[in-house]
Amino acid sequence: MDDSSIDAARTLGDPVRRRLYEYVAAAGGEVSRGQAADALGLQRTLAAHHLDRLADAGLLEVTRRKVSGREGPGSGRPAKLYRRSSRDLSLHLPPRDYELAAHVLAEAVERHGAEEALHAAAREEGRRIGAEHREEALPDLLRARGYEPEGGGGVPGPSTPPGDGGAEAGTEGGDVRLRNCPFHTLAETFPPLACGMNLELLRGLLEGRGEDGARARMDSRPGRCCVVISKNNTH
Amino acid sequence: MLCHMKTSSPSAYHLAQVNVGVLRAPLSDPSMAGFSTRIEPINALADEAPGFVWRLVGEGEEDATGLRPFGDALLINYSVWEDVESLWNFTYRSEHLELLRGRREWFEHLREAYLALWWVPSGTIPSVEEAGRRLDLLRANGPTPEAFTLRTSFPPPADRVPHTR
Repeated sequence: MDDSSIDAARTLGDPVRRRLYEYVAAAGGEVSRGQAADALGLQRTLAAHHLDRLADAGLLEVTRRKVSGREGPGSGRPAKLYRRSSRDLSLHLPPRDYELAAHVLAEAVERHGAEEALHAAAREEGRRIGAEHREEALPDLLRARGYEPEGGGGVPGPSTPPGDGGAEAGTEGGDVRLRNCPFHTLAETFPPLACGMNLELLRGLLEGRGEDGARARMDSRPGRCCVVISKNNTH
Repeated sequence: MLCHMKTSSPSAYHLAQVNVGVLRAPLSDPSMAGFSTRIEPINALADEAPGFVWRLVGEGEEDATGLRPFGDALLINYSVWEDVESLWNFTYRSEHLELLRGRREWFEHLREAYLALWWVPSGTIPSVEEAGRRLDLLRANGPTPEAFTLRTSFPPPADRVPHTR
């Protein structure tokens, strides 16, 4: 357990900051002070104060960039833009290290060539989760599992701010895209293994709800989850 | 062997990549269709990928599947990239990942290392013998600056001109 994680958790204890953090995270790219203030109905100075506190705690990253379209005196000063930090923070009490365990297990699966067994186990686990949550709307279930779904029609997505990532975010042919990979560090170290497991989990999850598992398919791109769920045809 | 080479980039070093696989059945076998039908589109994707420099192809061929320099059973994939990041992104953050996910269906499980990376002076194309030597080095010593992996990679040699972009 490290102090920075405790500081981060404490910083999120403030409801305004929590809303600001969630807004920036959902934006999927860079957000200016003005955008955040407008979106949450806050005064700009108040939003700026809390955004900087979130950055101090390591929850947001700050870049300074000249915003295009501004002219005249003062236009030379670059604007402060905020995006969600790529750093992982975790708080387990008592201390636990499931990540290390996951890496060792992944290494063992790879050495043994046991991918098929992993896929089968993931599919079954996904079906169990899906069956337990049949009544829940799919986007809610995905959100509760950390996937941060967006798009797909009917899935409330964040308003897309201009800037990096803005153009890529949102819907593509009605597909549900998953902005966050819940297994990120594992997926960076063991991509085929973790992404294959993730795909089977999601296929199982759909099947457990009585939906078509084939709707989940691999569509790996930089900076997001490797799986996309195609348009819901069943209801 | 022919070389498909793009115009050289300004970095002093490029990344060479070799990987080998033991096919479960001949490429023409119906059980291999999931792999064999993807060879052409994935190669095309590589050719257009950011940072791609070169890949080995057989003479008069579109790919290297006809070349079996390490024995008839071993398929070879040999390429040069501008840096580790460009190879990583192509390998794991493109349609290529789907191919890797299903590899157990088409390729035998190899207990020893099947993919080796090393740095080459940019503008040079490493030989097939060199690829075999680097795989042997990796298998003997684990990842070192002379032969490494995507999971444990090393920066290009620092005692030369630092590369500028």
